[in-house]
Amino acid sequence: MSNWFQEHFSRRKFLGGTGAVAATALLSESARQAEAAEKEPQVRSGEQTIKLKVNGKVHEVKVEPRTTLLDVLRYQLDLTGAKPVSIDGSSGASTVIVDGKPVTASTTLALAVEGKAIQTVESLAGKKLDPVPQCFVEHDAEQCGFCTPGFVVAVRAYLDKNPNATEEMIRNNLNGNICRCGTYVNVLQAAVAVVKGGGNG
Amino acid sequence: MAEYSWPSKEDSRLIGKRHTRLDGLAKSTGAARYTYDVNLPNQLIVKALGSPHAHCKVMSVDVSAAEKTPGVVHVHVLRMPKKGDDGVMVYPEIQTEGELIVAVAAESEGAAAEGVSKIKVQYEQLPVFADDDDLDAAIKAGRTKRAGGKITLEKEPGDDEDEEEFEEKEIARLFKESAHVVEGHYGIDVITHCCLEPHGSTVEWKGGKLNAYLSTQNVSKTDDGFAAALDLTADDVDVHCEYIGGGFGSKFRPDYWGIAAAEISKATGRPVKFMLTRDQELKIAGNRPSGYINVKLGADKDGVVQIWDSQQWGTSGYDGGGVSDSVIPYVYRPKNYRRVATSIAVNADPQRAWRAPNHPQACAMTQTAYDDLAAKMQVDSLDIFLKNLANIEARQTAEVYTEELKLAAQLMDWKAKWHPHGKGPRKGSVVDGLGIGLHEWGGVANSSSVLLRVHADGGVSSYCGTQDLGTGTRTVCAIVLAETFGLDIDDVKVNIGHSTYPESGASGGSTTVGAVSESHRRAATDALARLFEKVAPALGAQPGDLEAKKGRIQVKGSPSKSLSWKEACSKLGMSTIEITTNYERGNKTNLSSEGVGGVQMAHVSVDLETGAVRVNKVVAVQDMGLIINRKAAESQIYGAVIMSIAYALFEQRIMDPKTGAFLNAELSDYKLPRLGDIGEIVVEMYEPESQRSRGVIGLGEPPVISGGAAISNAVCNATGVRVPVLPLTPQRVLKALG
Ligand code: FES
Repeated sequence: MSNWFQEHFSRRKFLGGTGAVAATALLSESARQAEAAEKEPQVRSGEQTIKLKVNGKVHEVKVEPRTTLLDVLRYQLDLTGAKPVSIDGSSGASTVIVDGKPVTASTTLALAVEGKAIQTVESLAGKKLDPVPQCFVEHDAEQCGFCTPGFVVAVRAYLDKNPNATEEMIRNNLNGNICRCGTYVNVLQAAVAVVKGGGNG
Repeated sequence: MAEYSWPSKEDSRLIGKRHTRLDGLAKSTGAARYTYDVNLPNQLIVKALGSPHAHCKVMSVDVSAAEKTPGVVHVHVLRMPKKGDDGVMVYPEIQTEGELIVAVAAESEGAAAEGVSKIKVQYEQLPVFADDDDLDAAIKAGRTKRAGGKITLEKEPGDDEDEEEFEEKEIARLFKESAHVVEGHYGIDVITHCCLEPHGSTVEWKGGKLNAYLSTQNVSKTDDGFAAALDLTADDVDVHCEYIGGGFGSKFRPDYWGIAAAEISKATGRPVKFMLTRDQELKIAGNRPSGYINVKLGADKDGVVQIWDSQQWGTSGYDGGGVSDSVIPYVYRPKNYRRVATSIAVNADPQRAWRAPNHPQACAMTQTAYDDLAAKMQVDSLDIFLKNLANIEARQTAEVYTEELKLAAQLMDWKAKWHPHGKGPRKGSVVDGLGIGLHEWGGVANSSSVLLRVHADGGVSSYCGTQDLGTGTRTVCAIVLAETFGLDIDDVKVNIGHSTYPESGASGGSTTVGAVSESHRRAATDALARLFEKVAPALGAQPGDLEAKKGRIQVKGSPSKSLSWKEACSKLGMSTIEITTNYERGNKTNLSSEGVGGVQMAHVSVDLETGAVRVNKVVAVQDMGLIINRKAAESQIYGAVIMSIAYALFEQRIMDPKTGAFLNAELSDYKLPRLGDIGEIVVEMYEPESQRSRGVIGLGEPPVISGGAAISNAVCNATGVRVPVLPLTPQRVLKALG
């Protein structure tokens, strides 16, 4: 780990943010531990090539220890749906799904998600459009749209776990994302519509 | 010249209906490419070092270690000490924390940031003043300037009277004769624009020309901005912005970091991406001035204000400034008033236009005093707000405000919920209350040109150098074209977001929807007239007898005598209809006008033990002339209301008063509302035919104005005490409760 990394991504910065941020840091930590247990312990430094499984496809990417998942997605895989908004992940704009859980790609190191299934917003627009983006469109849940992909993924991940969520539950639980334009009313309507089976046609 | 008009309500197939936005899917699936998302082959990433001090001189800059950092390609010093013409060293003075000093271009984000961390700069710290809410301290520090004011009195001095003496005496007399006198202090802190896509650009300098992907709300004119700074002409600069991640008034120029990106691209021969970091975005890319005010008002026995006397102050940064006194008191304007404004210079970045400049602050600084009058008289605030409509100065009429207040009261169930200030029922430690605010705005259409093509194969395409700030501009253009041609929205191809397209005004002042509605309706009307000329012989009719309806060109009222759109266009033969139409701002037409009002009411709960305020419900009634896309118009109002909840309860720039450090310049600390913080929001368009017939009027700004006052008044109604300064944080609520 370079000095730069230690200076700029101090443990305090990682853990001092929102719950989501702390969870991400712990996730990368435990991922690394699991990996260390499996393989010979090794020190990783400098640029190296690793394999990342993104949206069902395995990609070879070049990373340094400090490289975030967000930078890999955006600069190497041309997946620019996840957005760089806050260094600490508190906006949720870089939300992606890793092994079924929502994490902010801006606070996740690429090395920490080697071997895991990474799903980005782009996967929801595959052959069949996912009901979440569909309902976002129907309920006009995007103004400038910069927060929207992160919000779409957060809603998808939450409804995957809570397919019958009530409006109240959605209000109480989808608080990891910031929208400066104020699309929350529309996002709420969209999420409720998904639960009701909207967006399938 | 042709007369342009809108179809009647009955004849409108698309206008005024609910449409999903054309780019909704691209935005919701990550396909939309913002400036930040444009990655050009072989590009460099730039990160910059900002000043750690709010006021200092740059004494030396050492970039040698940064240049040696692996991956760093180029270092560009923005503020270098150098010898002046007289041979004396000039050390750049920095007036705001975060001002950029050195930019580092590297192969990756990580390398650029590492390069930045290796830069060594020596500063000489200078005295800082950062206290914008303390007028006495500012006067003592010599940081104030007179910033306008006005006295208007019904009575005039006699010929032999000294004017100033007369004014003092007359004001004293008016207060003496007032049945009710209220004295209060109110205010609203600096907030930042906090665009989720930070300011920045991806640029490429090639063959003496500049290709710039810029996050901007001013596509047509930022080419000039680049050109002027880089010694080019505007036709050597192409600016592109298909999508912008928020602007709110802060993204009109290339900015000095945009110019730096271009210079680095020129120096390295490579494309360059230079986006601000989050803390830089908050520190140096736009903020809204603060405003604080001491008010004394006098009212007659009915609660109609007869005299207003106020002294205000605030800051817009190191140049001073603050909230313009011209909008004080806001909407309400008694026949007698005196207002005085003082500007304070603090060591912070200068303001930028923030959604409805001056109005939200003015509303929160003055309509709170009107509500305190209701509190003092222990009468219903709604009565006071209605009665005082006798004296207003606004771009909407008292009649419309009266109707809107009544409508809002119904939707809020005001009568059933209202109680005298501080006298409501208490559930545990929680009390609730109601508040009102009302606003006004211009919203005139900006200048706009469009190039429209109708092809012989039936294709329709338009090109306009406007931008879509999130209002749904693209969709508005398509609705207007499709409505005029009798086509579906998907049948027309709308192109915006490039400076090479015909010029269209910047998106500021709620001027865009009016602008593009004007230009696109005009162009489509003209194109249709040309098409009718070509088609008329085939239908055995005069061009003037034709109409475009449901995908056909037909003889008016006789659908049997018709051609499909495609067949009709085929009569163009080898030619294409190509029309460039220009609408000039200020040109009075049937298609657009200006001047709107609106009313908002808030219902809140306040926990007296914790000081937490919760918005239960906001009702927003808004007039806006003719609505083009109802769904997008509603979204604008929802968003604006949420933004007003943001500045009413959460967001503020917290500056250390000693050092001028912006202490909360990250999104974890710069509090913004989230999904769970907004309560119920009810949006109601006020649109009798008398409004619709005014044509299109911009809507982006007005609904963000009065929510702050409404929420503050609701908190006062709930608790019986005024929390003077917005945002109403729990600490401030507790302090006010004492
Ligand atoms: S739509 Fe602009 S930030 Fe959410």
